[in-house]
Amino acid sequence: MAKVIIDGIEVEVEDGTTILQAARSIGGEVTPPAMCYYTKLEGSGGYCRTCLVEVSKGSEKDPRPMPKLVPSCRTMVQDGMEVKNTTSERALEARKGVVEMLLVNHPLDCPVCDQAGECDLQDLSYDHGGYNTRSEFERRTFEKQDIGDKIQLHMTRCILCYRCVKVADQITDGRVHGVINRGDAAEISTYIKNAVDNDFSGNMIDVCPVGALTDKTFRFKSRVWFTKPMLAHRDCDKCSGKTTIWFKGDDVLRVTGRKDEWNEVEEFICNTCRFDKKKVSDWTIEGPKEVSRSSVISANKYKNLEKPKEFKLNDIKRLDS
Amino acid sequence: MKSLTDRKKSVSKRELTFAEKAYLPAVLKGMSITLKHLFKKEATVRYPEETRERAEVYRGMHVLKRDEEGRENCTACGLCAVACPAEAITIDAAERQPGEEHLYREEKYASKYEINMLRCIYCGLCEEACPKDAVYLTDRIVPTEYSRGKFIYGKDILVEGVKPEERIDISQRKKDYKMDVKD
Repeated sequence: MAKVIIDGIEVEVEDGTTILQAARSIGGEVTPPAMCYYTKLEGSGGYCRTCLVEVSKGSEKDPRPMPKLVPSCRTMVQDGMEVKNTTSERALEARKGVVEMLLVNHPLDCPVCDQAGECDLQDLSYDHGGYNTRSEFERRTFEKQDIGDKIQLHMTRCILCYRCVKVADQITDGRVHGVINRGDAAEISTYIKNAVDNDFSGNMIDVCPVGALTDKTFRFKSRVWFTKPMLAHRDCDKCSGKTTIWFKGDDVLRVTGRKDEWNEVEEFICNTCRFDKKKVSDWTIEGPKEVSRSSVISANKYKNLEKPKEFKLNDIKRLDS
Repeated sequence: MKSLTDRKKSVSKRELTFAEKAYLPAVLKGMSITLKHLFKKEATVRYPEETRERAEVYRGMHVLKRDEEGRENCTACGLCAVACPAEAITIDAAERQPGEEHLYREEKYASKYEINMLRCIYCGLCEEACPKDAVYLTDRIVPTEYSRGKFIYGKDILVEGVKPEERIDISQRKKDYKMDVKD
């Protein structure tokens, strides 16, 4: 066991835990944001640098501070370590720079993008980004691509977090997509637009932190905040069948995995559940999904609303009788 | 019982006097009041020939703007609808097809844009929320109708015309929202 102090809060975690996981076990403000790290995907993390933190005390044995900011998703805790996240000017300043770099090529098409409202990059730039851009160059653009007939890839919006590649690598068998080219020219590709026809390929939509990979069956159907998320399940022979289904009126517009507070799916679901089961009768509904009060998804949705009682004419007794 | 106000007047059934019976003084008194009003300043204006002067910040009927090339600005992002405190706005989005580039500015557009004018409280939050310069409140008045259903305005009423004379001037309401915040 190792004792760590993150932003002045002490927590005891197993040896070999990362700083990010230790911070998540505390929760709330002290947790650094993460764009590329995904708990369920092995080897993810370390690319995006949004989770940089300052280590002001290395460990009990070696109390020197670490000279550089460290990515908390890839750095293991040591006993007696002291970490500064929100209390560190340096970390916040670095994070602001990271957001600026992520937005150098990311288009500002949130009004069009289907991810808007549940986009990690939107949240990140609201919380940590600046108001203006200093870049004077054209953003890079790509043609839209279809990955299979149900998934659309907008390479323009991609921030190269590699999460989808890890999904293709680890969850589906026989990966057919990856990152080609290097540096500025890097892009997600399906190797000559090979269709991804794997039963679990749809999960790359869920893991994508931005709107680069989107569900074609949901394309422009509705904004996320006009739909109501409900927890539901069905008997599925391929996956657990536990999903969130998104209603608009009585129609199921979209099916996604169940995401936890860190925006990571609890269980990966199969493509049959995700794309083909869009009838209410396909699902057993468990109840509404808890949405954070600050999320736009909770806007204009009312809890515990009592409907006014309906009277029939015969029910009303005349007062004078 | 004590009355609540002192304006109570008790009614008596006394005989009317001769002057009261003749009714003429009463008629003359009434006519004089009528005549006096003839020379007073009118309280009404002859709408629609005349219109009242309105404040610069007056918020009336909405307009959905087009850009200089006549393409609709609205991209159905739904921010106006989520900002609307009265939940008066309903939007359906559709994808722009090849060949429709002269109609819509972005790849997504509003296939349905309805404002329930009876629900609308003319607060102007939709205008503030709009990231695409599409919806504005104008100084036009919502006309009266005979049925409630007619107050649900669709795109046929809200979108301005393409021709220059059909454009609706909103330059007074346009604000420059350039962010001038020091990072």
